[in-house]
Amino acid sequence: MLKIKDLKVEIDGKQITNGLSLDVPAGEVHAIMGPNGAGKSTLSNALTGHPSYHVTGGTAELNGKNLLALEPEERAGEGLFLSFQYPLEIPGVPTLTFLRTALNEQRKYRGEAELSVPQFMKAAKEAAKRLKIEDEMLKRPLNVGFSGGEKKRMEIFQMAMLEPKFMILDETDSGLDIDALRIVSDGVNYMRAPNRGMLVITHYQRLLDYIKPDKVHVLVDGKIVDTGGPELALELEKNGYDKYEALVS
Amino acid sequence: MTDIKIKDNIDKDTVQAVKELEGDKYKYGFVTDIESETAPIGLSEEVIKFISAKKNEPEWMLEWRLQAYKRWLTMDEPEWAMVSYPKPKFQELYYYSAPKARPEIDSLDEVDPKLLETYKKLGIPIREQEVLAGVKGAAKVAVDAVFDSVSVATTFRKELSQAGVIFCSISEAVQEYPELVKQYLGSVVPQSDNFYATLNSAVFSDGTFVYIPKGVRCPMELSTYFRINAANTGQFERTLIIADADAYVSYLEGCTAPQRDENQLHAAVVELVALDGAEIRYSTVQNWYPGDENGNGGIYNFVTKRADCRGKKSKVSWTQVETGSAVTWKYPSCILRGDESVGEFYSIAVTNGHQQADTGTKMIHLGKNTSSRIISKGIAAGVSNQTYRGLVSAHAKALNARNFTQCDSLLIGDKCGAHTFPYIEAANTSARFEHEATTTKLGEDQLFYCRQRGLSAESATALLVNGFVREVMQKLPMEFAVEAQKLVAISLEGSVG
Ligand SMILES: Nc1ncnc2c1ncn2[C@@H]1O[C@H](COP(=O)(O)OP(=O)(O)O)[C@@H](O)[C@H]1O
Ligand SMILES: [Mg+2]
Repeated sequence: MLKIKDLKVEIDGKQITNGLSLDVPAGEVHAIMGPNGAGKSTLSNALTGHPSYHVTGGTAELNGKNLLALEPEERAGEGLFLSFQYPLEIPGVPTLTFLRTALNEQRKYRGEAELSVPQFMKAAKEAAKRLKIEDEMLKRPLNVGFSGGEKKRMEIFQMAMLEPKFMILDETDSGLDIDALRIVSDGVNYMRAPNRGMLVITHYQRLLDYIKPDKVHVLVDGKIVDTGGPELALELEKNGYDKYEALVS
Repeated sequence: MTDIKIKDNIDKDTVQAVKELEGDKYKYGFVTDIESETAPIGLSEEVIKFISAKKNEPEWMLEWRLQAYKRWLTMDEPEWAMVSYPKPKFQELYYYSAPKARPEIDSLDEVDPKLLETYKKLGIPIREQEVLAGVKGAAKVAVDAVFDSVSVATTFRKELSQAGVIFCSISEAVQEYPELVKQYLGSVVPQSDNFYATLNSAVFSDGTFVYIPKGVRCPMELSTYFRINAANTGQFERTLIIADADAYVSYLEGCTAPQRDENQLHAAVVELVALDGAEIRYSTVQNWYPGDENGNGGIYNFVTKRADCRGKKSKVSWTQVETGSAVTWKYPSCILRGDESVGEFYSIAVTNGHQQADTGTKMIHLGKNTSSRIISKGIAAGVSNQTYRGLVSAHAKALNARNFTQCDSLLIGDKCGAHTFPYIEAANTSARFEHEATTTKLGEDQLFYCRQRGLSAESATALLVNGFVREVMQKLPMEFAVEAQKLVAISLEGSVG
């Protein structure tokens, strides 16, 4: 599914990602944990094609397709989705209008027919109900004036509607209270499927109680420095990243 | 002075008339030139007399022009607007050339390919493209094609005259309805108002005259018929619209297609008069050629538009979509003189490339219980610059004056600028003015967010821009709104990604 080999990424001429390799097979959920500034968001931005993040080496493939050669919207069309650490506000554009336009552009990219308005509305109603999002919120301009937690929930709502093949959740749990965390996690688990892969970036082990990972990777200083099962998350929670940081510096 | 079709056929009488006016003082020696279609270069009393004679105008009209000219000589070009451009050399301009005497080209091959591309995107037929671009001999054919020869125009005219509506050129009105013209011309925008308006008063070439009689609702939007002709109204256009008591009219000016014009300076004056209970809706789509990628060759558009809500409960709405011109300087305003009168200003201004726009409105509250509403949406992209400049004022007698102003700017990229100058003056304490302003930056991150969801940079921009301008678009007559929306998107093409 997602295969990253020896990836190197620069921002403003500064090397952040230092030869990162990672393999997430279809059907699996992998967690990435690491200290602040380790390059977790850099990885998600580089994979999705943010123009400020320059890939200077290595490869990244999704289902055999070279992601790095594609425009951001083409990567989305290939089924790559990022739940942003800091979702942006889109003034003047009602959430559902935004989403329907995006979905139909993706479908067009894949050569699929447009979704009719009733079909789309039905799907939106169901997803909103699962994520406990009020109808009224869907009519408002996307994320404008939403609280941090509402924005995160809206990211998952978008994910549900776009039905991506591979999902990256970048600190989706931060800023969520325990109820919201449960709702969001349920929403994410609902999407787990044999043909889907997922990368869950988090600081806290807590999220992984709800979204059970197949593997946990430790990212420090732009590299994967350790990989293990769910128990690794518990250990990190207890001991922190000190031993890895000593290793790289 | 009986022949009003003088424009096309200068007859001996005209030559004679000019001679009589001037005696023997043809100091610039343009006697022979009177046969020509173009006035001598520069501006002088003689040139104004030439224009007036060309139009076979009555004495009072000439006097009015000359008065304005004398005034203009004492004035200086305004400097306060936030635009910069090489000052027009007023003595190197031509102030009169016969209609349709635009410098012609032989075929569309000679036109800026960018312009042609835009025509195509707007779905403008080749014939119309030729007219807009000024291809030799295209005008007549296209006008005929569009209006199914003269018959459609005639049908319109018949319907209008049955309703008692007067809709004609201002030159025609000077001849046919001198009393109305005398009464209202310059009554809203006085001759001495400002540098460009004064210049216009001296040399205006042509324009439109509308009179809606008491209690009449104009049976159609005054637009369709006018559309293609608008390409040729010249650089000093003069419009006068009068809605008599309880009358209603919706007037549409301009054209979504970008128009090429060799006249760099455009200084129009528009005067609206609304009497008791009357309503005028004036919509503009302005899309003059903005110049090439480097900002060369665009139009300077310095317009004075003002409405006088003279009667009790009268109402005027200005709606404008401004996407064209290299430099725009324009403040459609309302004088709320009548008690309970209402003034509205809805504006979308788009600047891209090297365009500069300084626009806004003035709402002058003079009567009691008057109210006004201003919604301004500015979009700046490229290295363009735009300024919103608004004045809301309440006179001492304007008890309970109300204003709501919303002024939003959207910046695309980081090399453009938007500035807002809202001025408020209240000479009594019962006035209630509200002002809201926002500036949004459509930056790389926001675009990336949209693209991550599968939207292309272009459709993301279109979506955001449409969301941003929706409120104003809804104020335009339906069919125009659809075109205007397309136009805004096209104007911003290439500004992202
Ligand atoms: N736009 C940027 N410009 C310059 N440096 C950046 C930018 N974004 C991130 N960085 C730097 O890159 C490093 C990694 O950041 P990031 O990937 O956001 O870390 P994480 O998500 O793991 O906390 C940090 O040192 C950060 O300061
Ligand atoms: Mg981060």
